This record gives sequence, C-alpha cells and structure tokens, in this order.
Amino acid sequence: MAERWSAGVLHYAEMGYWQPDYVPKPSDVLAAFRVTPQPGIPPEEAGAAVAGESSTATWTVVWTDRLTAYEHYQAKCYSVEPVPGIDGQYIARIAYDLDLFEEGSVANLTSSIIGNVFGFKALKALRLEDMRIPPHYAKTFQGPAHGIVMEREYLNKYGRPLLGATVKPKLGLSAKNYGRVVYEALRGGLDFTKDDENINSQPFMRWRDRFLHSMEAVNRAQAETGEIKGHYCNVTAATMEDMYERAECAADLGSVIVMIDLTVGYTAIQSMAKWARRNGVLLHLHRAGHGTYTRQKNHGVSFRVIAKWMRLAGVDHIHAGTVVGKLEGDPNMVAGYYDVLRADKAEPDPLKGLYFEQDWASMPGVMPVASGGIHAGQMHQLLHYLGEDVILQFGGGTIGHPMGIAAGATANRVALEVMVKARNEGRNLLAEGPDILRSAAKHSRELDMALSTWGDVTFDFESTDTPDVTPMPTPTGA
Amino acid sequence: MRITQGTFSYLPDLTDEEITSQLDYALSNGWALSVEFTDDPHPRNNYWDMWGLPMFGLADPAGALHEINECREVYPDRYIKVSAYDARQGRQTVALSFLVNRPAQEPGFRLDRQEAADRRIRYTLHSYALDRPAGTRYGPQ
Repeated sequence: MAERWSAGVLHYAEMGYWQPDYVPKPSDVLAAFRVTPQPGIPPEEAGAAVAGESSTATWTVVWTDRLTAYEHYQAKCYSVEPVPGIDGQYIARIAYDLDLFEEGSVANLTSSIIGNVFGFKALKALRLEDMRIPPHYAKTFQGPAHGIVMEREYLNKYGRPLLGATVKPKLGLSAKNYGRVVYEALRGGLDFTKDDENINSQPFMRWRDRFLHSMEAVNRAQAETGEIKGHYCNVTAATMEDMYERAECAADLGSVIVMIDLTVGYTAIQSMAKWARRNGVLLHLHRAGHGTYTRQKNHGVSFRVIAKWMRLAGVDHIHAGTVVGKLEGDPNMVAGYYDVLRADKAEPDPLKGLYFEQDWASMPGVMPVASGGIHAGQMHQLLHYLGEDVILQFGGGTIGHPMGIAAGATANRVALEVMVKARNEGRNLLAEGPDILRSAAKHSRELDMALSTWGDVTFDFESTDTPDVTPMPTPTGA
Repeated sequence: MRITQGTFSYLPDLTDEEITSQLDYALSNGWALSVEFTDDPHPRNNYWDMWGLPMFGLADPAGALHEINECREVYPDRYIKVSAYDARQGRQTVALSFLVNRPAQEPGFRLDRQEAADRRIRYTLHSYALDRPAGTRYGPQ
C-alpha cells in the first residue's frame, strides 16, 4: 500500500476506481457511460477516471483520503466493453454507493454524475447513456405531482391518448387573439392547448393578460362540450418568486395545469413539482434546450437519463418524441424513453438503449408528450408506436386546417377516436390505418380536408441517436 | 349540443355490434365492465348512478350488452355509459369508458361568470337540465 499513498500522480485504475470483480449492491446507483478515451489511454483507465472524477478523486494522491472510509465512497468502474462496430468507444459501467447522494435532490445527483467529468481532458468525448436509480433512492423523491392515473381521473378522460396543440404563431399574438386560438382548438375537440416554451411575458403580451384570456376560452369550451379542458399556462420566469406568482394566478383562475421549461433548472423544477402537488394543478414540462446535449451519440447525456431525472423531480408531463414528426427520434430510442416514463419496472433492453433494469417502486408514471410536425394522417402510426398514455400535440396540424382551427381540432379527434376503436376491434393499424382514416373521413368533412392537405407529409431523415445493436431509419408513409 | 365525454363521442353513435366488439376487447384485457347512468352530466360529476355492481367475473360480452339494453329500457332519456375497469396494481382505474345512450335533447351548459377584482372571473358550469328536479330533467315534460 505504500505506493498507493506516495505523493504524486497515480493512475485512477490503481487508486481503486477500477474493480472488475465488484458486484453492484441492490442499493447502488449505477451509470453507463459511453467513453471515447484520448489515444494511448487504456479503456479501463478511462473508465476508472470517470468513476474517480464523478466521485472522490482529484488529479493527485491526497493523504486526507485516509481520514475516511474511502473504499466506501469511491465509485467503482466494474465493467468496460467496446461498442460493437464503433472504434475507440467503450461502455463503462460504474457503481456509486447510496451515501454519495443527498436524499431527494436531482441537483446533487447530477452535480456528482455529470458535474466535472465531462470536461476531463483525458477523454475525447463522454456520454451518460443510462442510470439505474435503485428503489432506496427513488423513494426519497416526491415523484410526479399527480401521475398518469390521477391525471386521467382528474380530467375524466379514459381509453385514448389525449390531444393538444401549441398556440401558433408562438410569438407576437396579442392576449385577445391568443385566447381565440385556445377557444377554437378546445371547442373543436382538443383536450389541451399549450403555451410554447418561449412565450413567457413579452412586450406584445404579458403573462397575466394571456392567462385571463386563455381561461375565458377554456371555460367557454367546457360549456360547449361538457368536457374538462385545459390550457398549459407557461409560468417560466426569471425567479422562483415570479414563477410562484404566475402559477398561483393560474390556479386561482381555475386552470387544471401549468407548465415550465427545462431551462429553469432542476431545483426550480422540483420546487414547482411540490407546488403542483400542494395546489392540485398538473405540471407540464417542455424540454427546451435538451437537444444541445442529448442528440449527439458520442457526447452529452441521453434523453432517457433526463427522463429518469424528471420523473424523480416530479413533473406530470414531458415532451419525449414522436417517432414520425419533425424532431429527432429513432423509434427504438423513443420506445425506451416512453418505458422510462410510464412503466413501473423495466428490464435492460439494448435495442431501446436501456442498459439497466429499473424498478420505480410504485412511483407514478409521467405522461409523455408527442409534439412537433405530426398530423391526423399519421394517427395509426402514432397510436401504434406511442400507445395510449400519451398526449399527441398537433399545433400546425390543428391551426393550419383550411376550414379553421375548430375544424382542425375535430379532424384530429375523429382520427384519434376511429383509430382507437379500430385497434380495440383487433385491426392491424400499420397495414389498414390509411383505409380506416379514409373511411372515417366519409362522415367527417374536417378529417377529409385534413387528409387531403397533409396526407403525404413525412419527415424522412436518419436519426443521429440510434441503438448500437441495429440502427434503423425512421419509418415513413404507411 | 352534443356532450363529448367518453372515448368515442366524435364518432357516429356505436351500433350494438360495435359496442360488443369494444366489450370483447375490454374482457380480453381482464377488465371488469360496469354500466352507469345519470341526469347530471357535469364533467366533474364523478359518481353516476350504478346500474348494479361492476360485472366482475363476466366472460361473455352479450351479458354486458344485455345490462346496457335493460338500462336503456328503464332510462331511455338519461346518459348511460359503459366503463371497463383495470384492477391491476399501478392502474386501479378506468381503462375505457364510452357513452351508449343519450337523451333525445341535450340542452347542455350555461357558463356563469362572477366578476371578481383585478379583471378576474369566477366561472361556473351550469347544466340547464339541473333546473328541473332529479328524475324529470330529460324527456317529455
């Protein structure tokens, strides 16, 4: 042991951060990193360095380690495997003892796991692919303010995906015009409308005016349909005090839901989740900004990890991809995100990018939101890929309808209901979907018009973030 | 107006045959069927009157359709819905619920506004039918 404690610089692997024989404990937090070492650095040393830099290590030997039970606090890299088909990349699995983390704090968890290590010079690139949050740790978090089941009972809506639309144009509308879009979309058949991520309180429309007009629209639509309706009032603001003020106003006006952006930060999200549970208001999260660090396969943080953190943090909704729309999303990867958000237990599945088993220990699920370049003509694919507990948001696909916004909403609702009905009747959606839509359009002029306007629109691009096992292009058409 | 509660309100009313295939789907998932009716269709009315108990143990959709038709016969002018309940741990909630009967006339709702301070409005949904006593809210006067 003398060498281990001599002053100077040692390899991380020699300091105990590489332990190939270590068997993770059920209570350990586990992480899978995609590591691209600099030339000449052995992969085990790179994995050990990640373990070291995300737990107790610094660049040199310090004698003060010996004042601690350091072996307990050291993260342990217990496996390093080359990524099939990609030279120079390795998956390093690292185990962290539960004692390394503060209970119920996403900020603390992330400051450890992604705090310093991503800028580490000995690595060319580093990506956090997945984490296992053990029940011991999950149970210290509030989790979703309401969750999928409570949301459905609150809204009195069962057996089908929910429908939404983001008000467009996202910037520039006055409060009165904005409320018109909300009213038309909701009375036409949508369940929700939504503020966009960057509509907060600008000179052309202040937040309070928007909330007042939107709630008039929500209530009028409820009276016309006899259904519960909602508008996601975006309360994102510069300070917590501002956000609480806006959220309290929305709740006071009777809104069933408020929204925040991922850009407000993990701690603010957890604060708003507590507020949302205390006030009986659903909490919608827009993942604004995530593409800057989730999209590239070799560096950053996978969205499935962000999804896990946000389930812990306690949001009720989060945008999680559409498969068929305009935004990035390989079908297998998206299926993995949806599992992370909705399932109580998930097994490892390389095709879906799930590296670990995950047991949420009855923490309620988060409703995934599919938004961005989707339209009624894709309803069969959306239901097939995304299932039932999902919110399908058609912004352009509602507001751009040639017969008007309410007609656009009705087209989407008819398409959705007929597709759910057909699925329940045992029909093959992918094969028969277009026929099912066309025959429903015979009794719905709104759907007929939507199909002739957008029926052929697809976004056919290869995804950048794909599984290592079998990369697949995004499916198109029918 | 046409109340659009339930899974299939934007489609033409389901025929008994179409209802049966939805019931079949529910039973194949292990969900228990139940029939409920009301003359108070406020969207926050969570407790419609139960037409008997949920049909736990029922395997044949024809049995549930029979109950629906019995309920229709007694209450032709009420809203009637059939629900499928998923008792699995983690769900323990309704999995599918759709209307199988409506009153011939649906008067709908009035929106009452109470002006409060600072331009705030307190909204209340008022069902026109509720102006009449329970049991006489729909159908001939």
